[in-house]
Amino acid sequence: MPQDFLPILVLFIMSVGLGILVLIIARLFGPRVPTRAKMMPYESGMRPIGQAMRRLPIRYYLTATLFIVFDIEIVFLYPWAVVYKRMNPIWVGLAEILFFFVLVIIGYVYLLRKGALEWE
Amino acid sequence: MITFPSDLNLGPIAPALVVVVTGILVMLADLFLFRAEDRHNTVWVALGGLIVAFLVTLGLWGQVSGGPITAIGGLAILDRFALFLDLILILVTAIVMLLSAEYLVEQNIEHAEFYTLILFSVSGMMLMGASADLMTLWVSFETFSIALYVLAAYARPKVESEEAGLKYFFLGAFSAGFFLYGIAMTYGATGTTRLMGIAQFIQANAATISANNMLYVGLGLILVGLGFKVALVPFHQWTPDVYEGAPTAVTAFMATATKAAGFAALLRVLFLAFPQLSGAWSTILALLAVLTMIGGNVIALSQRNIKRMLAYSSIAHAGYILIAIVAGGAQAVSAAMFYILAYALMTLGAFAVVIALNRGGAEVVNFEDYAGLIQRRPGLTHALAVFMFALTGFPPLAGFVGKWYIFDLAVRNGWAWLAVVGTLASVISAGYYLYIVVLMYMRPAPDNAPDLGGAQGTAGLAVALTLIGTVLLGIFASPIFNLAQSALLAAR
Amino acid sequence: MDVPIQYYGLLSALLFSMGVAGVLLRRNIIIVFMSIELMFNAANLLFVAFARHQNGLDGQVFVFFVMTVAAAEVAVGLALVMALFRSKQTTDVDDASTLKG
Repeated sequence: MPQDFLPILVLFIMSVGLGILVLIIARLFGPRVPTRAKMMPYESGMRPIGQAMRRLPIRYYLTATLFIVFDIEIVFLYPWAVVYKRMNPIWVGLAEILFFFVLVIIGYVYLLRKGALEWE
Repeated sequence: MITFPSDLNLGPIAPALVVVVTGILVMLADLFLFRAEDRHNTVWVALGGLIVAFLVTLGLWGQVSGGPITAIGGLAILDRFALFLDLILILVTAIVMLLSAEYLVEQNIEHAEFYTLILFSVSGMMLMGASADLMTLWVSFETFSIALYVLAAYARPKVESEEAGLKYFFLGAFSAGFFLYGIAMTYGATGTTRLMGIAQFIQANAATISANNMLYVGLGLILVGLGFKVALVPFHQWTPDVYEGAPTAVTAFMATATKAAGFAALLRVLFLAFPQLSGAWSTILALLAVLTMIGGNVIALSQRNIKRMLAYSSIAHAGYILIAIVAGGAQAVSAAMFYILAYALMTLGAFAVVIALNRGGAEVVNFEDYAGLIQRRPGLTHALAVFMFALTGFPPLAGFVGKWYIFDLAVRNGWAWLAVVGTLASVISAGYYLYIVVLMYMRPAPDNAPDLGGAQGTAGLAVALTLIGTVLLGIFASPIFNLAQSALLAAR
Repeated sequence: MDVPIQYYGLLSALLFSMGVAGVLLRRNIIIVFMSIELMFNAANLLFVAFARHQNGLDGQVFVFFVMTVAAAEVAVGLALVMALFRSKQTTDVDDASTLKG
């Protein structure tokens, strides 16, 4: 049934629309300070030309390490999302995941206050 | 429709929960409440949380008189065994915190994270005792280990400490790999991760169980993983290096709390999940016990650094505790738990004296520094002597009673030869424990003797508490043994 | 057609052995690290295979916990390696020998 896929079409339009909207807003209101680093094809700091084996600043590893931890926490959201609608009573499921997020956010606040995310 | 388990009762994990929340509060208090110069106040937040956990544990004690309560869909179990372990761990942690308060300042490594990590670690250990499922056991095993890896490296940028942390990490993670693979094989062989479910499976398939190789391999790998944590020979190689390199307060914590939690897990797994296979595991563990007692004590004889000596001593004592598990029977759990309590008090006391002698950052750990200590710090000398006598097993101190219960149990359950080996090993141990006593009382102090601290402040309080505990536990052993007796495992 | 459970067991045992061999034989800290991860993932494979074989979910749930715990472990381990690297400028395990064992 084609109409079964309507939500997916709506989602598709919404995501494309949101992407375009963000680009327009950034163009209209964002300050534009083009630097050499910003104009590179990959804005993540990787130099596109040159040797792959080069030393990275040690702060990079700290950020990468923190990323691993926060990234992998997402794994618990998948099983939760799959069964969420079938939970009974539903507010318990919501409360559980909110509690989980509070714990993650406490970790994040800790990192912020300790300055672990400041590059310089 | 998914309904939540009706036994969503947080009772079994309540003490651990209190400790975790305290850890988070310490972290937040450090971030938002205290200024940098008031940082030492975090220790009081931590101790306050421990007192709450203690009260919660006492409150639960009365509730479980009628047998164990499983909860959270069978993942956790509440019984007096878990609560007794909680009490030991709370006591150990409180003493370690008293020890650390000034030590951290002197070593210039004072941060609130220390207390947070200790509390997180203890919560994992408490959860280990309350585990009724290999899943809970695995997560709690890793919770306490990961926090300890960081603690071992806590005296960064001291290279020794960093190295201790790294070594502990690699060997710990390596052993965790074995532990996990053992769990996976056990799951494959029995189709469940519930400890009691495994026991039921073995009971139901008793006829074909001896052909189930995967189950035996799984059990073996689980024993390897836990053997690493409690430092049984031949899985002990990390112990001396890590104990020597880690900050002394952390070493005291590792030597006592880890051992208590590791043996609690061993008791849970063996007595709750694999009681029917005791014929297989008791022989292997008896062999390991002999190796551990003899190996630990003999190598300890050649040590000249008190932290390394206590590391090998801790290995040897793991062997004694193993005898109780091998001997089995109704009193195995109480004998093991009593010994763990006695061992924790004696060892903490010895480390407390070492920490009290620290002054100005330099650690007093070489044997030569202890020569003639009686003229310089008589009070601490007497205390250390008592701990050494207790560790050797002289009556009427705690160590003697603990050993007596274990050896008596072994003789009554047909393991007399193991008790003989244990007694011989204790005789060997006198060689190094009493050597320290001889050094302190009978040798003159060297001319270039280092400056020493004294037993003032919280470290002195810790020495006093452990000293009183060691003596009282020896003299009034039976009421506490009866308390341990009531801490029997659920399935038995 | 289903792949027989034995094949999964064999592959998993192979991966686990490679991990153990890597830890024992290789001297580069990062490679030792990866070998330990290999051991964990060998166990994960076994869990998932058995869970499917037995039509249970416990094994799959276990894998989630193993993954998160392994990530935390990696984070701590990498931090320790970084700390040692700063003071010794090496990633060779044999250079970590101030404490002789």
